[in-house]
Amino acid sequence: MNESLKAAVEYIKNYNGRKIRMMEVCGTHTHEIFRLGIRELLNENVEIVSGPGCPVCVTPPGFIDEAVELALDKKVTVCTFGDLVRVPGTEQSLSEAKASGAKVKVVYSPQDAEKYASEHRDEEVAFLSIGFETTTPSSVIAVKNAIADGLKNFSLLTANKTMPGAYEAMADFADVFIYPGHVHAISGISDCEKMLEKGVSGVIAGFTADELISAIAIALKKSESGKPFFVNAYPRVVKAEGSPEAQKMVRQFMEETDAEWRGIGVIADSGMSLKSEYAEFDAEKKFGIERRSGRSNPGCRCGEILKGMCKPAECPLFGKVCSPEHPVGACMVSGEGTCSAYYLYGKDKTNVR
Amino acid sequence: MSDKITLAEGAGGKQTAALIDSVFKENFTNEYFTADDAAVLPQPKGRIAMSTDGFIVSPVFFPGGNIGKLSICGTVNDLSCMGARPLYLTSSFIIEEGFEKEDLRKIVRSMAETAAYVGVKIVAGDTKVVPHGKADGVFITTTGVGEIITDNVPSGAKAKPGDAVIVTGDVGRHGATILLSRDDYGIEADIKSDCAPLWKSVESAIKEVGDVHVIRDATRGGVGTVLYEITKESGVGVRLEAEEIPVAEPVRGVCSMLGLEPLYLACEGTMVMIVPDEKSDKLIETLSKISETKDAKKIGVITEEHSGLVSLKTEIGTETVLPEPGHELLPRIC
Repeated sequence: MNESLKAAVEYIKNYNGRKIRMMEVCGTHTHEIFRLGIRELLNENVEIVSGPGCPVCVTPPGFIDEAVELALDKKVTVCTFGDLVRVPGTEQSLSEAKASGAKVKVVYSPQDAEKYASEHRDEEVAFLSIGFETTTPSSVIAVKNAIADGLKNFSLLTANKTMPGAYEAMADFADVFIYPGHVHAISGISDCEKMLEKGVSGVIAGFTADELISAIAIALKKSESGKPFFVNAYPRVVKAEGSPEAQKMVRQFMEETDAEWRGIGVIADSGMSLKSEYAEFDAEKKFGIERRSGRSNPGCRCGEILKGMCKPAECPLFGKVCSPEHPVGACMVSGEGTCSAYYLYGKDKTNVR
Repeated sequence: MSDKITLAEGAGGKQTAALIDSVFKENFTNEYFTADDAAVLPQPKGRIAMSTDGFIVSPVFFPGGNIGKLSICGTVNDLSCMGARPLYLTSSFIIEEGFEKEDLRKIVRSMAETAAYVGVKIVAGDTKVVPHGKADGVFITTTGVGEIITDNVPSGAKAKPGDAVIVTGDVGRHGATILLSRDDYGIEADIKSDCAPLWKSVESAIKEVGDVHVIRDATRGGVGTVLYEITKESGVGVRLEAEEIPVAEPVRGVCSMLGLEPLYLACEGTMVMIVPDEKSDKLIETLSKISETKDAKKIGVITEEHSGLVSLKTEIGTETVLPEPGHELLPRIC
């Protein structure tokens, strides 16, 4: 441990100022906080909750239903990130649809899906485009590539989301946000400054032990005054303007739309979908798929967990019918989900509060 | 002569004989290698250990090795874990029609070289050819017999509280190599498989240090899985020092990009050894003299508390649990 990290750890351990509730909103932060055992450092005045930050976890069951319809009824080859395959829809998950004959292919990037489409031009191929500011540009690149390759058989089923709406929706549930470094590397710091104007505090954090610990220590230190604050504690990567190239590229192809977040509901202008001039790459329009809400398991408390209002262990399904092998809620599916992290690390009682 | 394997070469007739002559015989020659139905072998002095393993790695050639080298190392290392000197191996090939004969030769040659390095003899073999599409290139099964050189046969049930946990090299390199060579990820990194036969290291450990409680090779599932197995079999806990776990820099990079835990990536030339703590320095010194295990390191201790759990002291001084294996390690997307 270097000296500055040691000092930050000591500061966090000995903090005895006002009661603070921090909310992180990034799957990688969720995971790293567990991996590093950061909660073990916190005394009872400090709490870290995991908000809506894992893209798979906030994907609503209706989106899965649409993907299943595409794959089963429209006979479209559905390309997707692996995490999404086991997320339950209203009736079935994509992995169940696959068992009944749907073609579901796991890819590691939207560009891989476009490449697959260019190599299989007799097959309709749709990519399940989820993710936040960080991932959306690469979906847009796939569409760009498809245009360049003259593809007529490639489309996106979009459920891309942007974070600012979620910050606002969550503002009442947290004293301080730990903002996700990757998101703001793209979008810049203006969203965080707007939150500050509304009186909401936050600190942008990176992902190594050093970066996360120092961001938390800064947040605690700044909280002492009681005044709202914002600090970019990840300036190595996050520039004030973000990445103008990525922003411009996304704006060329996509526009804001209302979006449903699993467990939270519809947040105005918090989604991104393809503009009408790119309708031929929009799977919903191309195949006449209707947007719908879908239904989750009524016992599942993912929504409250995402708001930090309930701990996974307080959910009646947690660890009983809902486990990483048989997930009921999306928070259990992804390795970045809060429930899955609690389940995997939960055996050490000191680490689960 | 065709340079691709044909179905006729697996049919048992003249062409099979020609294939055996031109590819296998010139590499596998030793006094016991047989053209008869079974090899006839002298009886070993000690108790014998026997093990078998099938190899289906894709791609067949990867940085740091190939399926042939792997098929020898795998069975040699399994025997070694029981304190058995590998004596004899058999090898059975299932080859896909159309497989390049030159590639087969390379594979067989590297099996011969690896076997010679260890001093194990390949005494019998079998070759089958299946139609195109019914196998993926080549599958190899090796079966080995070894002579146990110690009265204290190591076992996963013999770990005791206070023992030291040692890895014989850096972790996760084979798994990371294979992951990247499948090019699904579009990531390039300079990583070579650790694929290596470890009998020499084990022999030195047993002869020069002795009292080695557990030896396990950390193949599928990696070091993490092996440690969890040991906690259950011995009824103990394991406490690791996160900062002591050796991970090659590019492996660490790939893992952080894909959200993988290096402790759960396969090794093919790295073992876990557990010895009484007072012997750990001597063991590390002994292992470090042999090239395959020159980076051996103590990474933790066996504990009485937290039975069945592997815990980690993190780089910030907290203690966490290593999540149990068996859950899919999915690549992260943000």
